[in-house]
Amino acid sequence: MNLESIYTELIAEQSRNTANKHHLVAPTVTSQGHNPSCGDEITLELEIADGKIKDASFTGVGCAISQASTSMMIDLIKGESVEKAKHLAELFIGMIKREITDDEALEELDEAIALKNISNMPARVKCAVLSWHTLDSALKEK
Amino acid sequence: MREVKDFHGDFPLLANTMNGKPLVYLDNGATTQKPESVIQAMCGYYGGCNANPHRGAYALSVQATDIYENARVRTQKFINAPKPSEIIFTKNATESLNLIAYSYGLTNVKAGDEIVITIAEHHSNLVPWQQVAQAKGAVLKYIYLEDDGNLSQQDIEEKITEKTKIVAVTQVSNVLGLVNPVTEIAKKAHSVGAIIVVDGSQSVPHMAVDVQAMDADFFAFSGHKLLSPMGIGVLYGKEKLLDAMPPFLTGGDMIEYVTEQHTDFAELPAKFEAGTQNVGGAAGLTAAIDYLENFTFERIESIEKELLDYALPQLRELPYIELYGCDTRKDNKTGIITFNVKDVHPHDVSTILDTEGVAVRAGHHCAQPLMKYLQQNATCRASFYLYNTKKDIDCWIAALKKVRTVMHL
Repeated sequence: MNLESIYTELIAEQSRNTANKHHLVAPTVTSQGHNPSCGDEITLELEIADGKIKDASFTGVGCAISQASTSMMIDLIKGESVEKAKHLAELFIGMIKREITDDEALEELDEAIALKNISNMPARVKCAVLSWHTLDSALKEK
Repeated sequence: MREVKDFHGDFPLLANTMNGKPLVYLDNGATTQKPESVIQAMCGYYGGCNANPHRGAYALSVQATDIYENARVRTQKFINAPKPSEIIFTKNATESLNLIAYSYGLTNVKAGDEIVITIAEHHSNLVPWQQVAQAKGAVLKYIYLEDDGNLSQQDIEEKITEKTKIVAVTQVSNVLGLVNPVTEIAKKAHSVGAIIVVDGSQSVPHMAVDVQAMDADFFAFSGHKLLSPMGIGVLYGKEKLLDAMPPFLTGGDMIEYVTEQHTDFAELPAKFEAGTQNVGGAAGLTAAIDYLENFTFERIESIEKELLDYALPQLRELPYIELYGCDTRKDNKTGIITFNVKDVHPHDVSTILDTEGVAVRAGHHCAQPLMKYLQQNATCRASFYLYNTKKDIDCWIAALKKVRTVMHL
């Protein structure tokens, strides 16, 4: 296992990026994600109107991997349709589970592809997918 | 006297590598490695003596029964319990504590009664009491901490009252690593007519324990934290309490006589040991007790203290290391160091240490209320045992020094 392939500069930076870490003024959906084995938790806030995610943010605590993953996820889904966000969640979780390995298929994930190597670290997979699972369950209710 | 590096060889797994580096195993608070003698005892049982104890009237079953009952006698002497029949085998401390909560707790706690525990409990000595309190409409009260991490003396005095029916306390906190004054707390509990339950999971492996001297009513521990296999645990209880309690699990081997509509239960200890028990685990436990007694707790304590005295000053020199439970004003610190690296999440720390072959625990250590009380979401924990060396500490601290760089800080 190569640490540099996990804690890349991008992930380190994104883990400390607070641009998406705040409350929304008028969220329409709030969803909590929780990792019982480590106690980490995030709250995802979405403002959805006309089938579109107008705005998104998160609060909570977690390791560098979960914080970076959440931040990048929000960058990706902001302004997208609910359907597209569901598709991205499927794609990301598929990437981490190694069910989708084709780089071309993963292109839509943009920066979040940087987390692909987490699939080599079984102990940390749950950190990377926490926010995406939270998104998935938030959108299921929609 | 054998050097530490010599008995390193007694533990086959310690010769392994992790991520290509020699293994530095510092997660003994979670579970310990097993000496060859324990592994052999397990293999010896399954390879040569396996039969269902207490049942068959043939030599092999009698032999299995002897192995199992011998483990009970060895355990009784190990913690100085008055009688072997007061030793109940369970699968771990969690099951032992649940047995007390469900059998003694639900029977004896009434609405409005109080159960007193400490904020430093492992979930295993917390959640069962929460369940009892909820089921019976009782009040669950907490003893909090002094600023040095020790239990608040004032809380011990004031929270244990005439309303208290059960006091449940760990002898050593699995996060803070501090020895609690259980004898004194037992005295206080008894003075108000309450019983005391002591969780010995983090004490029995590291110090000589005498359940009579501390006057514990119940005492629980897991075998796997003291060199034994997983799946064998112990509950000690005073005979008169155990006798009056209803069984926890019912079924095979715990009966005297069964008719269509009625069952007479067996005497102690069988009353609390329903179904086929973990005889191989009991054989391993016997071998572990042999190993520890041969080693002596005096030696174990001195090894762990030496490691603590070696590691702590070095950690204090690193400005980015935060320590928890390391500033006790009493002489009661055991070989558990809970820490954080400033600005780095404990899981990232443990991943980075992992790549250097160093195994430490990261997370809430099954003590979420304590974490909340300490205002931490999670921490890292290094915990020592008799086979750890100064070289292990060197590897751990060297790896710690890399953490912030890896995180681009």
